[in-house]
Amino acid sequence: MADAGVIGDGDLGVDDSRRKLLVAATAATGALGLAFTAAPFVSSWTPSERARALGLPTEFDLSKLEPGQMATTVWRKQPIYVVHRTPQMLASLSGHDALLKDPHSSDSEQPAYALNLLRSRVPQYLVLIGTCTHLGCLPKAHFEPRDPQLGAYWPGGWLCPCHGSRFDMAGRVFEGSPASVNLRVPPYSLADGHKLVIGVDQS
Amino acid sequence: MAVVAKPPGAPAVKTGRLRAWFYKRFPIEEFISDQLVGYYAPKNFNFWYFFGVLSMVVLAIQLLTGIFLTMFYKPGEATAFDSVAYIMREVDYGWLIRYMHSTGASAFFVVVYLHMFRALLYGSYKPPRELLWLIGMLIYFALMAEAFFGYVLPWGNMSYWAAQVIINVFGTIPGIGAGLVLWIRGDYGVSDATLNRFFALHVAAVPLALLLLVMLHLVALRRTGSSNPDGIEIKDKLDANGKPLDGIPFHPYYTVKDTVGVGVFLVLFAIVVFFVPSFGGYFLEPANFEGANPLSTPPEITPSWYLTPYYAILRGIPNQRLGALVLLLAVVAYLLLPWLDRSPVKSMRYKGWVSRTFFALFIVSFIGLVYVGLHPVQPLYVLMGRICTVLYFAYFVLMPWYTRIDPVKPVPERLTFHAHA
Repeated sequence: MADAGVIGDGDLGVDDSRRKLLVAATAATGALGLAFTAAPFVSSWTPSERARALGLPTEFDLSKLEPGQMATTVWRKQPIYVVHRTPQMLASLSGHDALLKDPHSSDSEQPAYALNLLRSRVPQYLVLIGTCTHLGCLPKAHFEPRDPQLGAYWPGGWLCPCHGSRFDMAGRVFEGSPASVNLRVPPYSLADGHKLVIGVDQS
Repeated sequence: MAVVAKPPGAPAVKTGRLRAWFYKRFPIEEFISDQLVGYYAPKNFNFWYFFGVLSMVVLAIQLLTGIFLTMFYKPGEATAFDSVAYIMREVDYGWLIRYMHSTGASAFFVVVYLHMFRALLYGSYKPPRELLWLIGMLIYFALMAEAFFGYVLPWGNMSYWAAQVIINVFGTIPGIGAGLVLWIRGDYGVSDATLNRFFALHVAAVPLALLLLVMLHLVALRRTGSSNPDGIEIKDKLDANGKPLDGIPFHPYYTVKDTVGVGVFLVLFAIVVFFVPSFGGYFLEPANFEGANPLSTPPEITPSWYLTPYYAILRGIPNQRLGALVLLLAVVAYLLLPWLDRSPVKSMRYKGWVSRTFFALFIVSFIGLVYVGLHPVQPLYVLMGRICTVLYFAYFVLMPWYTRIDPVKPVPERLTFHAHA
């Protein structure tokens, strides 16, 4: 932007260092003021007290969940899949690592206690966020092995209806799926043997 | 980076490539040279000349805070009041955004009234600035409408009853009154339909109109140039370069001066927002902290302080239809000012004791009407209101006469201005 005034400072040998200091100081203070003013507006977009309250950990009673059954509950507006896995389901998890994109969950999102083959704290209960890691649809349960729709290799798991991503009984994604990482595991803990608390890590 | 004066359009000495790319495609350089550095304003601007730019600052504040409030507010009979409580208590810094908006509404009128006062004081409405004044009055009307619509949105009890009362004023129009009121309300009583349309008007329609009017206002100002406290035209005396002898470039002199003024204003604004946002009940009325109740009128219905003078005028007239008419005249009277003022001089500095007396009485009566409008209908206040109404109208109605007989003082040849030592 053109500088101020009609007279060129260089012409008269005028020292404009004072002006430069004033402009710089004003601009700096103004920028600081702008930052402080912007902060509350930006902050207003973070989840409100109400959202945070509704986002508190939720509980789920595992005692009613039969072996082989899946229940869907909600935590922080997301669908949560809770599966009571049978021994057969657990056995189906080995032997197809070559068909998986991320068999050791190194690229996927899960708490430290779920970074294992079974992707859970205890073998029989699997807790997943029921959101396809491709574009967010709800994957549908297909727990029967060798499901005719899915092929002879099918060990049991989920099929996403939107774009065809497939996941095994630990939520690990198969090759050939548009999704690139395994289904996410939320933070959770188990209490009193049959109480699942989704949203906190401490047991 | 000092730059020598150059004719507009010629490239600056040290222009970067990116800058040159823009300058070729957008008239930035011309804007700076024609509208900022090349626009000469009178050198004797005083305190009263801050309020134009302050009005624009408050407009910007209201637009910003208003947009953010719209992100959390839920229009609708069942949800509005609670959504305001949600903003105040649950949205992070929602209370701050809300208080900035409510303080901004009153600040807007403080600033605009002082801006109008300057015009009355120095005759800024006189030729060739009549159109500038008229556009300004349209801005004032739009502002009053905007404030009214906005006040209804929280759907507090005062919001509801203010809507009820003001809409009913339109019912006094002969013939079409009843149908008009039904049409404005969209229902048989003030309700969800009314609230939702006021929301659209407040958030979208009137702000767009205001932005357009403000732009027109600035264009009109640029055409005539600003007047000044002495009321003499600086363009009448030019130097060898064709620049007004008594003018100084808007940039840097008034950009810098306005920056200081804006800074002071923002400090005062912040003090109110953080320490006294309800301002003793004048910026946020107690009656509006309860939800709307169609079956319970607040004991004292008053509009916000900035609309009370017209309310006081209305209440002082015992006939409903006549009262509405006089209210309309009180608002519209300002439009006639450029043609009512027959004085040979513009500025109150050179007017005589007659004009000054009527002006002083007008200001006193306006303040009096604000005061009366804030109080309940009791004999003392009614009497005071009526006296003030008479003085108010006397200022306008008698102006063609008293400005002609007024003994004016000789106007100086050159601007009176005393530089700091």
